[in-house]
Amino acid sequence: MRTPILATGCLAAAGMAAAETPVLTVMTYDSFISEWGPGPAVEKAFEAECGCDLRFVAAGDGAALLARVQLEGARSDADVVLGLDTNLTAAAAATGLFAPHGKMPALDLPVTWTDPQFIPFDWGWFAFVHDKALASPPGSFEELAASDLKIVIQDPRSSTPGLGLVMWVKAAYGERAAEIWQGLADNIVTVTPGWSEAYGLFLNGEADMVLSYSTSPAYHLIAEEDDSKAAARFAEGHYLQVEVAGKLAGSDQPELADRFLDFMTGETFQSVLATTNWMYPAKTPEAGLPEGFESMRPEATLLFSSEEALAIREEALEEWRNALAR
Amino acid sequence: MAERAGTLAAGAVAATLGLLTLGTLAVVALQTGGGLRLGPADWAALRFTVWQAVLSALASVLLAVPVARALARRRFAGRGALIALLGAPFLLPVIVAVLGLLAVFGRAGLLNRGLEALGLPVLSVYGLHGVVLAHVFLNMPLAVRLILQGWATIPAERFRLAASLGFGPGDVFRHLERPMLREVLPGAVVVIFVICLTSFAVALTLGGGPRATTLELAIYQALRFEFDLTRAAVLALAQFALCAAAVLAAARLALPAGFGAGLDRTALTLAPGGWRRGLDALAIALAAGFLLAPLGAVVAAGLPGLGSLPDTVWAAAGRSVSVALASTLVSVAGALVLALAAARGARGFELAATLPLAASSLVLGTGLFLAVYPFVSPASVALPVTVLVNAALSLPFAFRVILPEARRMQADHGRLAEALGLRGMARLRWLVLPRLRRPLGFALGICAALSMGDLGVIALFAGEREATLPLLVQRLVGAYQMQAAASASLLLVALSFGLFWLFDWGGRRGAEA
Repeated sequence: MRTPILATGCLAAAGMAAAETPVLTVMTYDSFISEWGPGPAVEKAFEAECGCDLRFVAAGDGAALLARVQLEGARSDADVVLGLDTNLTAAAAATGLFAPHGKMPALDLPVTWTDPQFIPFDWGWFAFVHDKALASPPGSFEELAASDLKIVIQDPRSSTPGLGLVMWVKAAYGERAAEIWQGLADNIVTVTPGWSEAYGLFLNGEADMVLSYSTSPAYHLIAEEDDSKAAARFAEGHYLQVEVAGKLAGSDQPELADRFLDFMTGETFQSVLATTNWMYPAKTPEAGLPEGFESMRPEATLLFSSEEALAIREEALEEWRNALAR
Repeated sequence: MAERAGTLAAGAVAATLGLLTLGTLAVVALQTGGGLRLGPADWAALRFTVWQAVLSALASVLLAVPVARALARRRFAGRGALIALLGAPFLLPVIVAVLGLLAVFGRAGLLNRGLEALGLPVLSVYGLHGVVLAHVFLNMPLAVRLILQGWATIPAERFRLAASLGFGPGDVFRHLERPMLREVLPGAVVVIFVICLTSFAVALTLGGGPRATTLELAIYQALRFEFDLTRAAVLALAQFALCAAAVLAAARLALPAGFGAGLDRTALTLAPGGWRRGLDALAIALAAGFLLAPLGAVVAAGLPGLGSLPDTVWAAAGRSVSVALASTLVSVAGALVLALAAARGARGFELAATLPLAASSLVLGTGLFLAVYPFVSPASVALPVTVLVNAALSLPFAFRVILPEARRMQADHGRLAEALGLRGMARLRWLVLPRLRRPLGFALGICAALSMGDLGVIALFAGEREATLPLLVQRLVGAYQMQAAASASLLLVALSFGLFWLFDWGGRRGAEA
């Protein structure tokens, strides 16, 4: 009989401990919480200072994350949603599920940021990544279209980088976007459902270039000590992806959620990001950026506001599809 | 009475399948009040989906016939291993299969490097032909196994009779093989057609762009980017409608072969010599080369990192194996109940057993999530839900494998068993299990292997601690860990194949004894 009593005691103690320690639930995308992502370090550091239990819930990629928030609706256990980007924030705000953050910390973004509900935690420029052995990498979309280089891109209907590329062409060329896509059609080897398939194809030699981020070469340099990759600089400027987090209005831990958002733009969190999420930290850490992050600085940064992005999305997708479906 | 109990049980299984497929779809459809709007792009996607699925299914099955015939009538060293390996392509995770195929047929693949060395122009694999090539790679081996089983159902006495009557190969084909193919082929075509209906990543990646948009991609877009649940439900309903049409059409085309009962003697089917021997050798060599080269590329890519896999991979592998074993038992038991009822002539079960093939796993997962979410935390039921969903999704394969033998058993031994009053557990033990040992082993193997590779559903439910191996592979590629992902994929393939081989071998060994 001793074992059950002991077990009951332990369970009760565990239950009491759980009742005393507040739980903060952060919903994010898969790669954030993987053992190579920022998740483990962030969890440890925040729990050390908040006296709380930080729990991550993973929900696929950025787009799946917003869908998950909408599926769970107001009943959600999550307090903070981390990992939406500017192509999704207008739709996220329209759900009415997010609360205003009330303050905006000073950040090192290449654009000014004034969104009342979402705070950036990292950002990056989309870029075409190639092998340094490539003789003459193109300097613009028009040069790329005129070349016989082969590229792999992602489908904008199923992937956030794919959607970012469609926005990039639209922001750079406006009315001429359809024409640019028609020019690119014969360069595109194929379109993949997500980033990982495209990047895998590129690494296996299926294409000369792949749509990724300007920081991808830094990954190979730092994690694999491989200096053979570079990102091509395009004269039109590069489209920006800003990753943001927001507090859910239905949170039962609003103060803790605010504290987490403060922590997110603080030194500890920010200094983990560069070499785990392979993006630029929203606030440059005191130690500066790691090697390779400065090797490709675009001449200009392009970004639609989230309202504009939502408004032109359907038309831009239609242009993309019509140009490539021929 | 036993018959009625069996039909009732089959009804319960069919109802569960209906709830999981159409029920979850209804849950999704009822979430929002939006109307359905199918634009020209959706109709284009529908046309492409059907067209590529028809081509893929016909190509897979037609190419499988000569290979299956060659394997049925020839004996050579390594035959058993080759037949077992035929299970492997079908079990590959999609991204692994695509990378393996591209290592052979891609721009930088072996084929094009060979052509370049010979000074010939390179071939592009991207386009409709690439989609069909990939689907044939994935599904032709399944067709070979299904047809090979058909050859095994022709009683040995018929071949002996044919030999004593001096039948030539043409006569054997007309009187023995053609009726058997007429019974087996429509079912094989339907299974592969429906599998290819829900293709998404393979079709898009090898199709070369938005021309190769399938319904499943449109569903993904509706669920993930537009959060238009009604639209997703309408598109998923279109997939079910196509599946139902295919099952009904096949039921009209398929005719029972009517060979009558045999005495269970193992027979070497007639093996004509001369040029036919060469032709058979060629069919086997071509099929083996076509299937093994990409598999070899997968193994070569995965081997280097196998020793340094992180612990999380091994933990996930353990979870995947337990999930696979549990869902295998559920699935094969359900399939057996349905197949026995269908073999007795009960109607509708064939459709019920094929429905899960046409289910969009995204819609199914979303529907289950919405149904479960108000009551329990999704992560706490992640593994049971995965067991149930995997069981449902692999049941159609088990059903197809068991059905022909179940029909033959019913025709050959049904009346005798009735006359002897052999019912219930006794009938199961003395008639069903021994007679169906071979297909049951194969079905268990297929279900176990398929249940290793799940994705669409667990991704919505699993937290940090419930990740299965396929989900982990996806997380690894997402984190630039390409080597670890390749090695984890190899582990996944090896485990799937190991389970498959173990069950399949158990079934074949007992049946040949």
